[in-house]
Amino acid sequence: MTKEAKNKAVDKSQHSKQMENAVQYLSFTLGKEEYGVDILLVQEIRSWEPVSRIPNVPPYEKGVVNLRGSIVPIIDLREKFNLKIAEYTLLTVVVVLQTGGSNKIRTMGAVVDAVSDVISMDKTQIQDAPDFGTKVSNEFITGLISVNERMVMLLDVEKLLKLEDLDQHDN
Amino acid sequence: MSIDMSQFQQAFFEECFEGLEAMESGLLNLDTGNIDSEEINTIFRGAHSIKGGSGTFGFSSVADFTHVMETLLDEMRDGRRKVTQSAVDVLLGSVDCLREMVTAIQNEQSVNDASVAKHKRSLEIELNGSAGEDTSVPVEVKSIKEKSEPEAEVNISVDDEAVELNQQGWKIAFCPYLDLLKTGNDPVRMFRELAELGELTILANVQDVPDFYEMDPEECNISWDLKVLGDSPLAEIKEIFNWVEGDCELDIQQLVIKKPAKPVPVINKSPKLEPVITPEAKPIPVPGISSKGVADDGETVLQQSERELTKVTPKASSSIRVDTAKIDALINMVGEVVITQSMLGLVGENFAMEKVGQLKRGLAQLERHTRDLQQSVMSIRMLPISFVFSRFPRLVHDISTKLGKKIELKLVGENTEVDKAVVEVINDPLVHLIRNSLDHGIEMPAERIAAGKPETGTIELKAYHRGGHIVIEIIDDGHGLDKKKLIAKAIEKGLIEENSIITDKQAFELIFMPGFSTAEQLTDISGRGVGMDVVRKNIQSLGGNIEIISEPGKGTTIAIHLPLTLAILDGQSVAVGSETYIVPLVSIIESINITEKMLNNVAGKGETFRLRNQYIPIIRMHEIFNVQPVNREKTTEGVLVVVEGQGVLCGLFVDDLLGQQQVVIKSLEANYRRIEGVSGATILGDGSVALILDVPGLVRLSNR
Repeated sequence: MTKEAKNKAVDKSQHSKQMENAVQYLSFTLGKEEYGVDILLVQEIRSWEPVSRIPNVPPYEKGVVNLRGSIVPIIDLREKFNLKIAEYTLLTVVVVLQTGGSNKIRTMGAVVDAVSDVISMDKTQIQDAPDFGTKVSNEFITGLISVNERMVMLLDVEKLLKLEDLDQHDN
Repeated sequence: MSIDMSQFQQAFFEECFEGLEAMESGLLNLDTGNIDSEEINTIFRGAHSIKGGSGTFGFSSVADFTHVMETLLDEMRDGRRKVTQSAVDVLLGSVDCLREMVTAIQNEQSVNDASVAKHKRSLEIELNGSAGEDTSVPVEVKSIKEKSEPEAEVNISVDDEAVELNQQGWKIAFCPYLDLLKTGNDPVRMFRELAELGELTILANVQDVPDFYEMDPEECNISWDLKVLGDSPLAEIKEIFNWVEGDCELDIQQLVIKKPAKPVPVINKSPKLEPVITPEAKPIPVPGISSKGVADDGETVLQQSERELTKVTPKASSSIRVDTAKIDALINMVGEVVITQSMLGLVGENFAMEKVGQLKRGLAQLERHTRDLQQSVMSIRMLPISFVFSRFPRLVHDISTKLGKKIELKLVGENTEVDKAVVEVINDPLVHLIRNSLDHGIEMPAERIAAGKPETGTIELKAYHRGGHIVIEIIDDGHGLDKKKLIAKAIEKGLIEENSIITDKQAFELIFMPGFSTAEQLTDISGRGVGMDVVRKNIQSLGGNIEIISEPGKGTTIAIHLPLTLAILDGQSVAVGSETYIVPLVSIIESINITEKMLNNVAGKGETFRLRNQYIPIIRMHEIFNVQPVNREKTTEGVLVVVEGQGVLCGLFVDDLLGQQQVVIKSLEANYRRIEGVSGATILGDGSVALILDVPGLVRLSNR
């Protein structure tokens, strides 16, 4: 009986180990590409609505919206990643992301084509992002996973939400 | 029944800080030559309520420390002790120390015992050392008793009374043998009987008590030192101890304490006085040490106060004290709103066209009530600027002593009300500016006399309302800013080109550049070359600005303009293309349509127009904000909103004026970042976001 209990305990510890490594990603599409963000950083998913434009900022920063009383900026990930610009349709969605980054919580919306799936998997399955050289910027990509033969690029939300400093932009 | 005291702790801490502030300002106001007893009473009350509160909450270290302060203050209050500058300094130091202790407890950190002990010691030295002119031994003995009291004795107030009333009593050393309890005697019962004879002080000596596991509960390991005050005869006392005779060592001595005024030597040598010094009493401080101790302490007072003033307290209290009248008004207002709302509800229930008039009246009423409500809510957030100003007398006092300068601080308009958020942020910049004035502005006394100025320099701190702004001015009558020196320094640091032509105003602006400091010698008070740029950044982040007026030899005036409130603003909404922007009403001078005749071009590029013999540059909003589509190409077709920002007039060219409204300011920076030319955002009636224009920022933007 003790043996059994021991086995159970081992099982349990293995299980908890699995739990520790388990992560969930929300995947969405931009054109034919599929991206994923840590689901714990997703606050909500909204449909696209017109924004108030902000003057003199990079074009991918579309503007700000009123999200229940707070002013939240919206960025277009297609434009940010230099993909072909798409028309906003009824299916276009905004994924509202949150970072607790450097001691201050920021909220920001990212415009994507469509949300596709919630992916549950083990941390160990994540592959490092290959170095694409200087041609494609992979500074926002933390890793790759394959789900049903599809490749999903995992995004570093922290870096994604870090906007270039205004002065930097001016320079 | 146990009550959870922790819920009251926050209130206690706030009371403590208030008490400390009152004590501090009281101490600073004390004129050692001419004592105002009310002032000392205020200080004493502060100490007393802190002591009481800390005792209630079980912060015994605070209670003990405050007790010593209180004793000193009590003697001053009764006129038994002269108020000397050194005593005031020691008390000021203790206030700082106490503040640190309370802060530490509040933040659940450990109290700096070394510093506490040090301050306590200097307080005790002050107590022992100089009770007026007649530094007599009895006083010393008395203060030693006071020192030892908080540590072990049960009854605290006895000794002072003994001194005052010239009472007599008995001192009993009661040392039972181990088997006292086995004979059926109970010391507690005996003490109870003793207490009936007079006031009883019990000091238990527990050093012989073994560890818990070795202890035999039937053995008595404790001995007692007892003091009974009163005129009961020896026989009565002996009677109580009758039953234990043979089971203990008993030593009963008469205790006589005379008033300090009585001749010294007799008391000093009297063996009867000996027992007063309890075993725990520390050695009597040698007077030689005392002066050193106090001098030392003067140093720490300065250091501490500086540390405290520069430090941004991260755990700033988030509560606010509000006048009950304001709250009553608020409740009234809410009542009105509820009534109006139910009235409108009735109108809406069975609505018919003939009720339109009623509906309109109801809506008008609602609007009025909402505005009133808003105003009273805002007024709750308003605090008098004295919250900030009240700290500066101390700062000036400390720093001027340290620098050896004579400086008088004048406060004007302390009751000017300003938003709580402004109060919180304005403190650090003001500290910096005042330090600068103290350190660099005001000259040394000798220098001042040589320049034909009064020996004592003046710094005036002034606050007043102007328009929708509060203006805070720091005016010193020092030697002013030296333009040549500023320029030379800027060239040396590579901040400006050599031979560049610079106006006075631009030269003064130089001190706001990062890395600029003209002080020949760096001091620890100011002059590290960081600061002024940070000061300006802080003030700009509040939506304010800062300007300098200086005249060589006469002095410098630094004026800070700040918005009254950071939450709501009166705005004019304007249309630019398909977008809506808000212009703060305070910065609008007028809005006009211009004619072709008024237009001028400068160097074929910059546009200006003439308004009452003044040439005003035009800023085309479409251009600087890249707004598409441009509805009106010609400036004569749209509207020019003439605005003023930092003393510069300009005309904003917009398509249309939309309407005036109060807008709630929302931060863009919370989730986004600072945008040049925009001070914030707001949410319009339809739920969309509109940006609030920042006029000085627009001027900068258009000059690029």
